[in-house]
Amino acid sequence: MRFLASLVTLVFLSLPLAAEELVLGLSQEEVRITTRFDGSDILIYGAIKRDLSEVDPEDEPLNVIITVAGPSGPTTVWRKERVGGIWMNTDSVEIDRAPSFYAVATTAPLPDILSETEDLRHKISIPRAIRSVGAPRNIEDAESFTDALIRIRERNGSYLVYEKSAQLREDTLFDTRITLPANLTEGEYTTRIFVTRDGAVLTHEQAPILVRKVGLERWLFTLSRQQPLLYGLLSLALAVAAGWGASTFFQLIRR
Amino acid sequence: MQIYLPIAEVSVNAFLLLGLGGIVGLLSGMFGVGGGFLITPLLFFIGVPPAVAVATGANQIVASSFSALMAHLKRKTVDFKMGSVLLAGGLVGSALGVYVFTLLKQLGQVDLLVNLFYVVFLGIVGGLMMIESLNALRKSKRQGPTKAKKRGRGIVQTMPLKMRFRASGLYISAIPPFLVGLSVGVLSAIMGVGGGFIMVPAMIYILGMPTKVVIGTSLFQIIFVTAFTTLLHATTNYTVDIVLALLLLVGGVIGAQFGTQIGAKLKAEQLRIALAGLVLIVCGKLALDLLLTPSDLYSIGTS
Repeated sequence: MRFLASLVTLVFLSLPLAAEELVLGLSQEEVRITTRFDGSDILIYGAIKRDLSEVDPEDEPLNVIITVAGPSGPTTVWRKERVGGIWMNTDSVEIDRAPSFYAVATTAPLPDILSETEDLRHKISIPRAIRSVGAPRNIEDAESFTDALIRIRERNGSYLVYEKSAQLREDTLFDTRITLPANLTEGEYTTRIFVTRDGAVLTHEQAPILVRKVGLERWLFTLSRQQPLLYGLLSLALAVAAGWGASTFFQLIRR
Repeated sequence: MQIYLPIAEVSVNAFLLLGLGGIVGLLSGMFGVGGGFLITPLLFFIGVPPAVAVATGANQIVASSFSALMAHLKRKTVDFKMGSVLLAGGLVGSALGVYVFTLLKQLGQVDLLVNLFYVVFLGIVGGLMMIESLNALRKSKRQGPTKAKKRGRGIVQTMPLKMRFRASGLYISAIPPFLVGLSVGVLSAIMGVGGGFIMVPAMIYILGMPTKVVIGTSLFQIIFVTAFTTLLHATTNYTVDIVLALLLLVGGVIGAQFGTQIGAKLKAEQLRIALAGLVLIVCGKLALDLLLTPSDLYSIGTS
């Protein structure tokens, strides 16, 4: 807490005054994926600068929404149907952009603190963070495909909603903790903070988190992409060496 | 202990993988099958992406088969001449299979096709083996030691290009083994396995090879075909995960050593019944997946 307070003071001193100011900090700006990586906690904190002379005690309280989004890409969702007694994929919808990871943490239930139009504008809630423009003409219920994507990703922990997990003190200091799962993909993740009142977004701010493989993980990954033949031969050499090693070892102990 | 896999991009339990490799290695040593038809579905189940599971499974099979082959070499139960003919067919077949696979991929439904292939082939092979070995077991009980079977009728004997396969005690045309290798190569490329579970029965029932030689020879062929597949996957799809492979193969090579010892103690008929049972179980599981209503009709495809 002392750390937060000093950070806030520092920011207040160094920034020029404006109508709304928002500062944001991350406990780590880079997530390093090592061999033993099994998820990571990120503490997201910050402060809202308010001009006390403008504070109206009649005002609704402020609320904070924090999102963390992984790299986005097109994703295909398939639906199975029974054809001649066998379940097979029949229909598919390509969703234009869906983040590989998405977490939302709020100070209060999301529908209470964010209006539909603001959500649409800033793409905050999970369904809005996914963009699905055109479904094939033969599919009438394209929405059910988007719903399925959300359902599947929520089940495996890639899409998370932490309602009321963020804390806002004195309408000024806020913090939350977001757990990044173990099955994280590499890329640039984006943290966004929205300050809302009465469903409207007053101000927002964002910061990147870089997720990357390091050490052995990095080396192997790079090798597999840049020298695939060498990597393949290395895998085979390892396999043959292990096979030969085990068989020699077992012969020795049997003697 | 959790380990993050660099290519698969998932975190899995290292001991789970060691155990999985061990079980598959054990079966590999006992039956001379690579175990791909078991390891690939098991890897799907623990959350490894299918493409990585198939490619890495192939690499793991190289290791466990090599370990098992060493044991067979010591016992001189490998027919190199037969193995080379099978291998020649296998390489041609697997190149052909990769081509067919690409075609099927463009048409869509490749997953379903792979599953259907599994169900049909595992069903036929497992069913036939089970019936045949149960009959053989019943006969041997009734009549005491079996008389040396008279082989050597039918098409296999009438084809040209006859070769002598000393280790197998056969004098047959090279064409049937080449064709067996070829068709197994095609299937293994499409199904992403070594193909031992098809080749072993084919060698016994079509070529008439003695069971003891069949296993070592099949391992010999599998090593080269799966090594070829691994390289193909590594260079075209970048889906071989070396960390995953390492964990699986440490368990696998140890399991394979125990497997060959168990296999040497069992009777040939018992060995065949056990393998048939295993094949039928996997077949039944895959068939149920196709027939039962899935828990979620929707799935996320890899685009």
